[in-house]
Amino acid sequence: MLAILREFWRSTGGLHLKDYHKDQSTQQPVHKLTATAVHELVIPLQQHSGHKPKLLVKLGDFVHKGQCLAVADGAISVPVHASTSGNIIAIEERQIAHPSGLTDLCMILKPDGHDNWGDQRLPPIENYTAASAEVLRQRISEAGIVGLGGAVFPSAIKLKVPDPIQLTTLVINGAECEPYITCDDMLMREQAAEIIIGCLIMLRALHEHAPTQGLDCLVGIEDNKPQAIAAMQTAAAHANDSRLKIVPVPTQYPTGGERQLIHILTGREVPSGGRPTDIGVLCHNVATARAIYQAVVLGQPLISRYVTVTGKGVAQPQNFEVPIGLSMQTLINAAGGYTPKAKGLIMGGSMMGVALPNDQIPVVKATNCLWVNEQEAIPEALPCIRCGRCAEACPVKLLPQQLYWHARARNLEKVEQYHIFDCIECGCCAYVCPSHIPLVDYYRYAKADIHTQNEAREKAALARERHEFHQERIERAKREKAEKLAKHKEAAQNKTTDTADKQAAIQAALERAKAKKAQQAATTTASEDKPA
Amino acid sequence: MIFGTKTSPYMHAPQGVGQVMAQVIYALVPGTLVLLWFFGWGVVTNLLLGLGFALLLEALMLKLRQRPLLPFLTDYSAVVTGWLLAVALPPYSPWWLLLIAMVFALVIGKHLYGGLGYNPFNPAMVGYAAVLVSFPIEMTSWPTPELTSIGQISLTDSLQQVFLGGTSHWDGLTQATTLDTIKTHLRLGETVSQINQGQAFGWIAGHGWEWVSLAWLAGGLWLIYQKIISWHIPVALMAALAGIALIFWLINPHSYSSPLFHLVSGATVLGAFFIATDPVSASTTPVGKLLYAGGIGCFTYIIRVWGNYPDAIAFAVLIMNMAVPLLDTYTQPRVYGTKGRFGS
Repeated sequence: MLAILREFWRSTGGLHLKDYHKDQSTQQPVHKLTATAVHELVIPLQQHSGHKPKLLVKLGDFVHKGQCLAVADGAISVPVHASTSGNIIAIEERQIAHPSGLTDLCMILKPDGHDNWGDQRLPPIENYTAASAEVLRQRISEAGIVGLGGAVFPSAIKLKVPDPIQLTTLVINGAECEPYITCDDMLMREQAAEIIIGCLIMLRALHEHAPTQGLDCLVGIEDNKPQAIAAMQTAAAHANDSRLKIVPVPTQYPTGGERQLIHILTGREVPSGGRPTDIGVLCHNVATARAIYQAVVLGQPLISRYVTVTGKGVAQPQNFEVPIGLSMQTLINAAGGYTPKAKGLIMGGSMMGVALPNDQIPVVKATNCLWVNEQEAIPEALPCIRCGRCAEACPVKLLPQQLYWHARARNLEKVEQYHIFDCIECGCCAYVCPSHIPLVDYYRYAKADIHTQNEAREKAALARERHEFHQERIERAKREKAEKLAKHKEAAQNKTTDTADKQAAIQAALERAKAKKAQQAATTTASEDKPA
Repeated sequence: MIFGTKTSPYMHAPQGVGQVMAQVIYALVPGTLVLLWFFGWGVVTNLLLGLGFALLLEALMLKLRQRPLLPFLTDYSAVVTGWLLAVALPPYSPWWLLLIAMVFALVIGKHLYGGLGYNPFNPAMVGYAAVLVSFPIEMTSWPTPELTSIGQISLTDSLQQVFLGGTSHWDGLTQATTLDTIKTHLRLGETVSQINQGQAFGWIAGHGWEWVSLAWLAGGLWLIYQKIISWHIPVALMAALAGIALIFWLINPHSYSSPLFHLVSGATVLGAFFIATDPVSASTTPVGKLLYAGGIGCFTYIIRVWGNYPDAIAFAVLIMNMAVPLLDTYTQPRVYGTKGRFGS
């Protein structure tokens, strides 16, 4: 095999942190949790971005492990499956992973303790290299697989590339750049072979869009995960497929951002507002690759995932394989429970995670990490001194200081001119800001503001259109009425002339009759003169 | 368990504005020490009075503007302004000169515009320009290093000069700066090499100033190493100044000083690393910084050589401060995935 020299197009910007806090949760092997002993699993109906699936089960139904609980409904949708066997004891609104404590429809499954698959496994597609793309996509969709890097977009739809597009590269994202999160690292260490098979299945699913020599499959892994890199290299060597390349990338947050990783690996930039397929690249996460392996080769739907439990607020930080629907509280108890330092619970990492109000929330397909932190006090924000550290840190090369200035002034036109919609909210700017300004909050606010304004504008436009139509309709009605009236009048006038004619005709007829009578009378008198 | 919710990111770099400004102050120490060596107590009085006035005025203005005192006094930005002005003004400056300079710097240059972060002009240079225009004699009479270096003038004499003013023999202890000397003597028809023979001159520029400039340079390089400032502004400023000086010097070395002379004289190095780099009033984009600092270099040369003032960093900085909003608008870097500044 040729040694491949790959030039690194290093993304400018980003953060080089001293400590990514990853070691604390990688000290022991992944612990597999089962749902047999818990009193309930809370499985939200919607765990992906897109349309809500349609419920298949009713209250009181017994379900096997892996049984489909809800089917895809709508263009962008995937089914949801039972993480263990048991009874559906309720279908109700429960709190989901959202900072405001939002609720959503969930299926409450009471495990029977047997973890029984029944006959619910999907038939394995062992010869995946010969399977058609359609069959593979169908399987990936019916297994409920979504992007496990965090975006939870249905993977099958991402793999259905529009016809004219020719791909060159499949990027597999194993960068895992966020501090604290190690679930992909552990997955690569422990399940490298499965990930590689997942990659090969994806390559097969994309073969219609590949050039003749096949797609390049680049697995990008940050170089602070030497064990994962080694394991993946071994697995790739074992697979003996020249398309697979394991590429260590520099450790630099946010290298794991889809657009950033694509840039580093291929040197190409995804156009603003576009998709990676626009430049012939498709990107999937390593955990998604493994889920695809499980669905295709083993026939298992997506009913569990790797989750990192870490931070100073938990006693034994580590990684777990967690059944979907397990309560976060149970998961944290499995990691030894809280320490006295626990002050905040964050789903995701320290840069882009979502803070949760409590732990009575189920683990879902999007849950990659639970970080229980200390919540150190952030000093009060000072004015911006325009030092420009934010601009140096910005991986998209925005000017955060100018964006902040205009966002604060609510000068939304300027904010858009400064490319606010290219902001990926990675948090680098707010991290480095010496004035401790919550910059990302300003950008989120400005984005929402622009959206609301656009919506309002659209609504106003629609209302105006309707109003104009209404006016026009009234005008038209008036006009038509007037026309009708005029017609009637004309008709009425015509009628009067008609009667005059008639009367004249009658008159004429009468006169004719009179004349005839007179004539007759005359003849009679004349005949009377004649003897009968 | 119930938790408080915040918004991401939940991690922050430890360094705050106060630490950034503190690093700038550390970087000013070597240059200040060299000044102290050459000019003695006068540097101490300048510094103490300057810092005292700066902090007092800052506190007063914060009070008047009803802002909290502690967070803004501990950001050390007033200390940096005060320190820069104190070392930019001639040692043994009378107390009222320092006070007026500080009033212009902090009250007019900074707080009337909205305080930290909102001043369009470099506060220290506003103060400097104000007193340079108003009190040219005090501002151009720098002590002679050979006569005023550390230990040569007693503390009581220094205090007398600063607070009561005009000790009888004081005139003998000061001299025009080398930039001033060159300018006046060139107008008398002498050549640069003749002027350089004068006793005020050392091996490159004014006697002792080589060392002062080297010390500022050391502090400035440390700031770049610490990533407090970027290389763009100092490099562009000195390159522009030296570049123009080189052209004229090559054309006529008898009437124009060498590029090296311009780099070492006056406030070039101090200005390049400490004054033009004031983030609030400087351009913030990489290209903008280069143009901004290049402009300062050009204006410095123009004013030094053809203008009426001996040194020009202050005016050049203030002029370029005015161009910053424009520079920032038109030098926006190309955003990832877009074609150009405003295109997508």
